[in-house]
Amino acid sequence: MDALAIDVSGINKRFGDKHVVRDLALQVRQGEIYGFLGPNGSGKTTSIRMLCGLLTPDSGRGTCLGLDVLKESAAIKRQVGYMTQKFSLWDDLTIAENLDFVARMFGMANRRPAVDQTLDDLGLAGRRQQLAGTLSGGWKQRLALASCLLHTPRLLLLDEPTAGVDPKARRDFWEEIHRLSAAGITVLVSTHYMDEAERCHRLAYIAYGSLLASGTAAEVVAGCQLNTWQISGDGIHGLAERLRGLPGAEQVASFGATLHVSGRDGALLQASLRTLSDATGLQSMAVAPSLEDAFINLMQRSPDPLSS
Amino acid sequence: MHGFSFSRWLGILLKEFIQLRRDRLTFGMIVGIPIIQLMLFGFAINSDPKHLPTAIVIADPGPFARAYVAAMANSQYFKIVGQVDEAQADTLLDRSEVQFVVTFPAGFHRDLVRGRSPTLLVEADATDPMATGGAISVLRQLGVEVFAPDLPGRQAAARPPVDLRIHRRYNPEGITAYNVVPGLLGVILTMTMVLMTGLAMTRERERGTFENLLSTPATPLEVMTGKIVPYILIGLLQVTLVLLAARWIFDVPMHGSLLLLYAVVLLFICANLTLGITFSSIARNQLQAMQMTFFFFLPSMLLSGFMFPFRGMPEWAQAIGSVLPLTHFLLLVRGILLKGNGLAALWDQTWPILAFIAVVLAIGLKTFRRTLD
Repeated sequence: MDALAIDVSGINKRFGDKHVVRDLALQVRQGEIYGFLGPNGSGKTTSIRMLCGLLTPDSGRGTCLGLDVLKESAAIKRQVGYMTQKFSLWDDLTIAENLDFVARMFGMANRRPAVDQTLDDLGLAGRRQQLAGTLSGGWKQRLALASCLLHTPRLLLLDEPTAGVDPKARRDFWEEIHRLSAAGITVLVSTHYMDEAERCHRLAYIAYGSLLASGTAAEVVAGCQLNTWQISGDGIHGLAERLRGLPGAEQVASFGATLHVSGRDGALLQASLRTLSDATGLQSMAVAPSLEDAFINLMQRSPDPLSS
Repeated sequence: MHGFSFSRWLGILLKEFIQLRRDRLTFGMIVGIPIIQLMLFGFAINSDPKHLPTAIVIADPGPFARAYVAAMANSQYFKIVGQVDEAQADTLLDRSEVQFVVTFPAGFHRDLVRGRSPTLLVEADATDPMATGGAISVLRQLGVEVFAPDLPGRQAAARPPVDLRIHRRYNPEGITAYNVVPGLLGVILTMTMVLMTGLAMTRERERGTFENLLSTPATPLEVMTGKIVPYILIGLLQVTLVLLAARWIFDVPMHGSLLLLYAVVLLFICANLTLGITFSSIARNQLQAMQMTFFFFLPSMLLSGFMFPFRGMPEWAQAIGSVLPLTHFLLLVRGILLKGNGLAALWDQTWPILAFIAVVLAIGLKTFRRTLD
């Protein structure tokens, strides 16, 4: 068993009467890439902020890099790189000034060479005097990541790092994440993208403040115990409502030109689909449920405290 | 009314009212400022201040001197604080503890009876010319009214019974600029120091960069002081500009030590900066920080003695005023520039500013959000 970079349990956080994070338990092994998934407002950002000492949990216990999350947040900050969801470097400072400032904040002894090295690695050496606010989204993201890595943290906390970034930059970004992971840095990353979730070693799914599932992608899918059929044929999208009403069908989701119909009671759903395809001529084929099917299922089953 | 929807318009109107009602600070300003102004201009501000503290120096005690002092007190313009000797009287004036010193010279009684019009010396602290005008004109009246009936065989009209000599100390010509320019020093510093630091931190919060700052090991004290120091330099620059203007444009005399003046300025800047930083850790955005600044700035202008004579305000207003650093700063600056006061005379006004800094700093450190919650 590998050592744990993050090991917390029973973490709670309330803002006023809103219970944002409920009894969160999380074990992240050293050097792995851990995906953090869940709908908007599910408490991902709050959880990440508690892990890096920006927020104090109301209750709970545990360690981050072997340090107590409640008592040693100052020491944790020194070894953690946190990349905020929104670009949070200073727009009115130049690229070099931003990196230099961050390096100073972490009290780095070899500041200048480290900043120069980072600028070279980024390929921004020639634009060091450019204001950070004038960079494009992809470059801002790369700069933000570089600034998190300046002080050589042992743990990276990335809060939706690739939101609004083009596919090429996204791919490059993930290659960088895997390089870092191979070098022994633990990465906790929140995301909404399925392809990114599948690139993680392990995952956690959080909704409305509660952790609903965790494990490898395969484990999370298996844990949902879904039986999935892929429906294809002409005009299937017009039939989505009808499929949803079938006995045994718990969810219908479109995947490109096909639909996925899933339910836990496989025999019942299969019977319903057979009747339907006899009537309409649609083709149905049993497939392995994807991660997305699993997430849709988790989201549907989780009680939304705001809607009740 | 092409394209104008009344219901849409009403909806917007209602929304604005709801937002306004929820925004306590704006609401407070909307209600608070007119009330403060009404109170001040309606009741508080007395440009003919009364009950001015007065010390008496009597070299020749006698019934006439006693009668005159009693008449002064009865006129309501003077509040007799006690009898002192000449050296004490000077100190009291320097420290702004009295507004007037009235000296009855040796042989006052004898000369008065013999009709030789003895000299009655009135020394006034004229740093703020407005504060003394009314009282001085009353003094002239008193000379005739008090003594004439008791002096046998004298025609009141022939010659005034006493020779009233008035020394307007520190500002003999009653030049308003002597009062206003040192005052402006304080007003400008209050305005810019509080506002600029107030905005500095809320800007971080508004743009989301504060989160980044917090995720670094930087401590609250580091962030606070790190943000304060640049503004101290800006403040010193402003002071130098005003002082240059005071010297070369307004010919304001500079009797005291410039070094001491800068030391006092530094203290005052610190008071304003700590307030600005504290505002910014309470305010949610730049607009609120700006509103808080004005909320503080207005009473500072009105209640500190900058705009109106401090002693012309009712006691409750003086009580509020004496909490404000500007009130004490004005006395300090006028004391150093116009009276040539040294270190010893300054403590009375220094400790209230120090106390202000201590209290505000404590609040600031407590509210500074080390964590985002």
